[in-house]
Amino acid sequence: MAARPVVDAVIEKRPAHPPRASFAAQLGALLWKDLLIEWRRRELLASLIVFSLLVLLVFDFAFDLRRIEMPVAAPGILWVTFIFAGVLSFNRAFALEKDRGTWEGLLLAPVDRGAIYLAKLLAGVLFMLAVEAVSLVLFAALFDLPADVPRLAAAVAAGTLGFAAVGTLFAAIAANTRARDIFLPVLLFPVSVPVIIGAVKATGLAFGSSDSGYPWLGLILAFDAIFLAVSFAVFEFVAEE
Amino acid sequence: MNTRLGWLTGILMACSLYAIFLYAPVERTQGPPQKIFYFHVPLAWVAYLAFFCTLVGSVGYLRTGKTRWDVLAYSAAEVGVVFTTLVLISGSIWGKTIWGAWWAWDARLTSTLVMWFIYVAYLLLRSSIGRTTVRAARYAAVLGIVGFIDVPIVHMSVTWWRTLHPQPTVANPAGPTLPPAMLATLVLCLVTFTVLFVWLLRERMAVESLRHEIEDLAAGIIEAAA
Repeated sequence: MAARPVVDAVIEKRPAHPPRASFAAQLGALLWKDLLIEWRRRELLASLIVFSLLVLLVFDFAFDLRRIEMPVAAPGILWVTFIFAGVLSFNRAFALEKDRGTWEGLLLAPVDRGAIYLAKLLAGVLFMLAVEAVSLVLFAALFDLPADVPRLAAAVAAGTLGFAAVGTLFAAIAANTRARDIFLPVLLFPVSVPVIIGAVKATGLAFGSSDSGYPWLGLILAFDAIFLAVSFAVFEFVAEE
Repeated sequence: MNTRLGWLTGILMACSLYAIFLYAPVERTQGPPQKIFYFHVPLAWVAYLAFFCTLVGSVGYLRTGKTRWDVLAYSAAEVGVVFTTLVLISGSIWGKTIWGAWWAWDARLTSTLVMWFIYVAYLLLRSSIGRTTVRAARYAAVLGIVGFIDVPIVHMSVTWWRTLHPQPTVANPAGPTLPPAMLATLVLCLVTFTVLFVWLLRERMAVESLRHEIEDLAAGIIEAAA
């Protein structure tokens, strides 16, 4: 190529529209940011795990778990715990951005709104899965519960994804309300009923509960797909100032 | 226009009451309590219709950003919550007389209750971030869309969940084949309640539009004073 005039070179250096990073690169950077913040602070995950174990302890006091039939009670107890932990985790993801004024920065950054949603969603799912893994191991050990591990993992992961898909969308809304801590569950619980039912049923099957009849895991995946698609589509209207 | 609609609602309501209590025959097994059917079913129909209007208003608002779509969505949601509450109450009274219990955790009852919660959350969201702000309208529109898509999914999941545990059979209120006089009464009631809904919705929308107008005027005065 022939030598370019100086002017051209200057224009080249300061393009009017800097090239955007690819969607995957944006998503990676945003997710990495959230994980790095958590790694440096080490605050959320530790308190979430302690919180979950305390909820399980409260259930033990409330129901005397040695006496009731565990394969029937365990899925419900576990999912109530996971849901509480999830709500706290989603709320914090957006509250942190709001309180430090970084939410506006995020919106000004040349990134796709969808990438912001997916990054927040994946971070939420990862935090929830970490909490769930610790709770499940301790729960199984404390109550000597035999489980079909691959099916249990699939049920928990699928349920978590669907719950987090709506949870992330509503957390972005709740972050702008006055009483955001109460608001997220009020918005989230009724809408996420299908996923919760499916997750509890599928978890029960993994614990050897006998009442099958419906392929619950497949149904949760279908609910996941619907919730993800709808939340992804409408998130841009929430992330608009 | 709306006054005439109000009169029409009143006349239709009188006709419906006549049809329900004097024209339609008394059901053989349930007796007079079966009359609740003529209120219960139209109320449920109007509730679904109202939430569909909320969906239409929400989509319209997100597409165009025009305030009148938001006014439609909000007003319809408010009327819908009132009608859903009445569905739950009338169903409870009917259930108490027929099944002997105020509430049964049957699939349809449970999913109606979940629907009620979704739209109560919608109203709470509006009152929490301000009724007339652009942000409140956008958030509510998102909930109006997600909530409406969710209602059938909730119904399916609850049905599958419940069918695993056999329930005391909830008899189909009047059986699949209604006698002509009962069917005619039901159709009349459905028309009456739909007209009532349209009238209430229009009244509510008029009030809500005035509220927007007042807020705009107030904002203008503050701007002028500053």
